[in-house]
Amino acid sequence: MNDFVQYVISALSLGGLYALMALGLVIVYGILRLVNFAYGELIMVAGYGLLLFGRSPLPWIVVAILSVIAALVAGVVMERVAFRPVRNTSPTTLLITSFAVSNLLQNIALLTISPRPRAPRLPNLFVENVTIGDIRIKIVDVIALVVSLVALAILTIFLRRTIIGLALRAAADDFTMTRLLGVRANIVIASAFAVSGFMAGIVALFWIGRSGQVWPAVGLQPVLIAFIASVLGGMESLKGAVLGGYILGFLTMGLQTWLPQGVNNYRDAVMFGIVILVLVIRPQGLIRPVYLREAR
Amino acid sequence: MTLIAIEDLHVRYGAVQALRGVSLTVDEGEIVGLIGVNGAGKSTAMLSIMGVVRPSSGRIEYRGTSLVGQPPEAILRRGIAPVMEGRRIFPSLTVEENLRLGAATVTDRTQVQEDLDRWTAFFPILRERLQQPAGKLSGGQQQMLAVARALMSRPKVLLMDEPSLGLAPKLVAEVFRLIVQLRDLGMTILLVEQNVRMTLDIVNRAYLLNTGRVEFTGTPAEIRTQGDIERAYLGGGPRSETAPAGAGS
Repeated sequence: MNDFVQYVISALSLGGLYALMALGLVIVYGILRLVNFAYGELIMVAGYGLLLFGRSPLPWIVVAILSVIAALVAGVVMERVAFRPVRNTSPTTLLITSFAVSNLLQNIALLTISPRPRAPRLPNLFVENVTIGDIRIKIVDVIALVVSLVALAILTIFLRRTIIGLALRAAADDFTMTRLLGVRANIVIASAFAVSGFMAGIVALFWIGRSGQVWPAVGLQPVLIAFIASVLGGMESLKGAVLGGYILGFLTMGLQTWLPQGVNNYRDAVMFGIVILVLVIRPQGLIRPVYLREAR
Repeated sequence: MTLIAIEDLHVRYGAVQALRGVSLTVDEGEIVGLIGVNGAGKSTAMLSIMGVVRPSSGRIEYRGTSLVGQPPEAILRRGIAPVMEGRRIFPSLTVEENLRLGAATVTDRTQVQEDLDRWTAFFPILRERLQQPAGKLSGGQQQMLAVARALMSRPKVLLMDEPSLGLAPKLVAEVFRLIVQLRDLGMTILLVEQNVRMTLDIVNRAYLLNTGRVEFTGTPAEIRTQGDIERAYLGGGPRSETAPAGAGS
């Protein structure tokens, strides 16, 4: 029973992070049809933000906020500098551009900071446990769980209550029509990248908090997880991204907890096997768009 | 006063010449019809005004200033709102969200609320379904939503592309009645339609397009008296272009 409570908490925590990762990817995909593989480097930017701002005497929470802002700004700049000039070309060009940006940013970090992992200053909370009864819980898991729910709530309010949020959702349905209503394309796309950067920043706090280190390729694994979670949930749907993220979180922790000792090394293989099986049955992901996008 | 003036407009899609020198004007308070068979270039003319299609040559002016080369979002801000072919409502947004997005360019919140109340009173079915996803509406209801959404920006001119397409005959008549009502409210309307007979019943003037050229222009009466045109573009029989019997108009 205690095992199970611990499992649920750590799965919810990891799933929440995965959900945020996937959302950051899907919000851009919905509008530009671009799987932005440079998304991982936004996580890297926030990670190095933790490292660099962390050298100042500022309290950690301020360092964290600055790092999230850095990722958000990096997202907007990335769109302006790299993607806007090639926006009206083919989807393939956009995809290749995202690989180029990813590579470039990693190499900049490698040359200017360090090729080796560095440990940013982290609060003690990140390594402490709390014991309730006979259940031991990592405090960082609880924080990540709460923060990811808060981030999801903020995003939901933004997407439902603001005109830019409505425009983002509408643009995923029909971008041209959204522009025909007077919504500026540049603002919609820049907002999507800002949301993406914000999500990457939040994710970075906990992703890097888990390993305690930041290095140039730190974003590689998160971007892959985000991609798999969003494909699993359905690339066309924000709800799908959240669902895919949580499922992946529960799968990962479940396999880690209950796979027999000898097989545990093959955790990822088993997990991806399950994902492939799901996709064989539902090729469009778990949540299909209710309404088919008009071909145009 | 002339609101929209198009002069010698040429549009080409790759090797296909869609418009070959179209000129037309829309005056304030008019319903102007743009009629002709499929592929005549009607929608292309409308998409050119909205900035979706870029003309290869020619002029498009609104109140004397050029619209050519402007992005779609700038055209709407000038006061021209489109009701696109196929309605193009946002299916995953609620009816209310669709309407609010129609007023994306309006910064005055009280005005948005006023207009929302006004048009949902005008279209009671939209008020009933305000919180439902727009994709759940029937075709006719979606058409009303598309019109109401366009009106939310308080445009001077409405461009309507095939608003009767795909609707049941009874609803077609209703849409045409709605267009007349909107003109009576002071709206200027450019109406692109394949349903020539019903269009001629409501417009002040019409342009008959054929293979990218204006074949004939004039009042409905003038167009009707052109026997050849009747045969060539309205089909031979007296009833072939209209909806089947029981159309209710």
